[in-house]
Amino acid sequence: MNAFLQALFLQAGYNAALVAIGAGLLGFAAGSSGTFMFLRKRALFSDAVAHATLPGVGIAFILMVSLGGDGRSLPGLLAGSALSAWIGLLLIEWISRRTRLAEDAAIGAVLGVFFGIGIVLLTVVQSMSAGRQAGLEGFLLGSTAGMLFQDAVVIAIGGSLAVLVTWLMRRPMTLVAFDSDYAAAMGYNVRRIDLLMMSLVMAVTVIGLKLVGLILIVAMLIIPAVTARFWTERSSRVIWIAGAVGAAAGYLGAALSASAPALPTGPIIVLVAAGIFVVSLLFAPVRGVLAAVIRHRRFQARVHRRQGLLALAAQHPIREAYTLRLLAREGLARPDGVPTETGRAQAAKIARDERRWDVAREIHQDAGLTGRYDGLTPIEEVFTADEIAEFDRRLGPPVALGGA
Amino acid sequence: MGAEFVQFSLTPILIGIFSAIACALPGNFLILRRQALIGDAISHVVLPGIVVAFLVTGVVAAVPMLLGAAGAAILAVILIEAVKRLGNIEPGAAMGVVFTTMFAAGVLILEQTDTSNVHLDVEHALMGNLESLIWFRAEGWHSLLDPVALASLPDELIRIALVCALVAALTRIFWRWLKIATFDEGFAQALGIPARALGFGLVVMAAVAAVAAFDAVGSIIVIAMFICPPAAARLMTNQLEHQIGWSVAFATLSAILGYVFAGYGPLWLGAQNAVSAAGMIAAVSGVILGLACLFGPHRNRIGAARDAA
Repeated sequence: MNAFLQALFLQAGYNAALVAIGAGLLGFAAGSSGTFMFLRKRALFSDAVAHATLPGVGIAFILMVSLGGDGRSLPGLLAGSALSAWIGLLLIEWISRRTRLAEDAAIGAVLGVFFGIGIVLLTVVQSMSAGRQAGLEGFLLGSTAGMLFQDAVVIAIGGSLAVLVTWLMRRPMTLVAFDSDYAAAMGYNVRRIDLLMMSLVMAVTVIGLKLVGLILIVAMLIIPAVTARFWTERSSRVIWIAGAVGAAAGYLGAALSASAPALPTGPIIVLVAAGIFVVSLLFAPVRGVLAAVIRHRRFQARVHRRQGLLALAAQHPIREAYTLRLLAREGLARPDGVPTETGRAQAAKIARDERRWDVAREIHQDAGLTGRYDGLTPIEEVFTADEIAEFDRRLGPPVALGGA
Repeated sequence: MGAEFVQFSLTPILIGIFSAIACALPGNFLILRRQALIGDAISHVVLPGIVVAFLVTGVVAAVPMLLGAAGAAILAVILIEAVKRLGNIEPGAAMGVVFTTMFAAGVLILEQTDTSNVHLDVEHALMGNLESLIWFRAEGWHSLLDPVALASLPDELIRIALVCALVAALTRIFWRWLKIATFDEGFAQALGIPARALGFGLVVMAAVAAVAAFDAVGSIIVIAMFICPPAAARLMTNQLEHQIGWSVAFATLSAILGYVFAGYGPLWLGAQNAVSAAGMIAAVSGVILGLACLFGPHRNRIGAARDAA
């Protein structure tokens, strides 16, 4: 615990602090730029882009070594991975636009094939020079052990740029994500904006490669956005909430992984993000599971209450145990089903409401109003007092219920 | 093309072919149902399944690992469905959340347990190791008739052959149902076909194929086998029967050419060492798909040609 707190407050050493800050920044950039892919219903596109970076890493290494340089130079490897990811996303776009294959098939094909080519190149690299190849496998699952100040700077600058572009282009990207036809009609170039979204994802993938690896960066692009969606219905807020979730997952995850041995950073960050996701799925105020269950229970209670009162008014016996319990709890009926004084009054009111609705549906031609009859809405919420007085005139004066 | 070929190349090629066919058959239906990426999800969760199986049993044995992987695949499918329904999230994102989380958990458990003395590493699981599945006891073509030598065939070959036969048999048995339910689920239900159970069965079949093929070719390249041959076949014909035929042909071709290029290609180019056969098979299937996209007789959407004109 102590070690975790130390790492949390950046006291666990230079490298751990660097990793934590870098992971937090990367999480923010990934969360916010992944949002639009999610809203465009293309979340798994990121998966293909991430896997498509691998051949680039291999080619860059081979090129740099054969030109006599150091194969592990990070900018070179990142440039290579960006290039091959770019080719991959253009191919996906081309396949799904020009052939009859669906987008998911294009995504899967590019993902599998590029990864396969990447593996081929990695075996080439391995056979080239056993001593110098170490570290390329780190791009698969990430490695934070040898993170340098320079790497953190790359993440910070690249991440800020990605967030900035996301912020600047948020309006056109939101439009395209929700209604691309409308965006096209407004004069936006949908294809170009789609490419921009994909390039943002690609940029984040490339800068995150070293830290979390190409398989798990996908999680940082998808999970925060999906999580944020539970907390708000406004797209402008989803971006920032997703960024915050990503940053929290990155920072906490990095701190956790620094606090004990054998806790690899990438997987821990992903699991922290998944934890936040599960909490949101269950407990988010409107879209969460708990909220939905409560909403359902309330609705159920309303239906049972109303039907129970209608049965009381019509002097039908109530056989449904839940209805009886509900009415008894509210003091509207005794446990054996005999209505109390308040129960009788309420029942008469509900029965009258129902009869008013009957009249309303008979004489009113406006389906927009009468269509709101669902057996639950009090008529006062739909019609004006004058109109209700008119229904009452047709109904006649209130009559006492039999047996009262 | 003699003893050496039988000893070193015959079994890997056969394993490659059987893996490719076992994946391509369910892949045809997954592509038509727009569920192609379920293969992606399944293949990623194979790793945690295997790790957990190792943790529980403590041995690196094939059967518990296959069971673990299959269990993980089924768990993933259930979790994806749960996230989709409970959170009202679109399928792609639900998959992304579930499989990346399970994958991360798998890597974490692997790092936490001491597996240094056993042959169970992440790279192997991701990349596969087709080249190592050689037939030690073979001395030539006549070994195919020699019971002693046959008994020492790699287990992987027998396993993948059985799975391939099973997948083919199931496809044949449920052919009519699969065909109807794939193209018109509502109509299938009206006929009394249990379309949803069939859909789940298809995913389980894909999972079994992925798990069996995983041994040989690694978990990621399985995705290429699920998608590329059927997708290329889809661009060749409008008949499902012919599409299956094309996809099997493409799968076989990818496996053979991929293995040959990986084993002998570098030698032709003057290099010393072979490259990853599994990766090369994926690459060849990608080239086949690329050619189909450019020249396949049915590559366009209906009406797309008119739009372009």
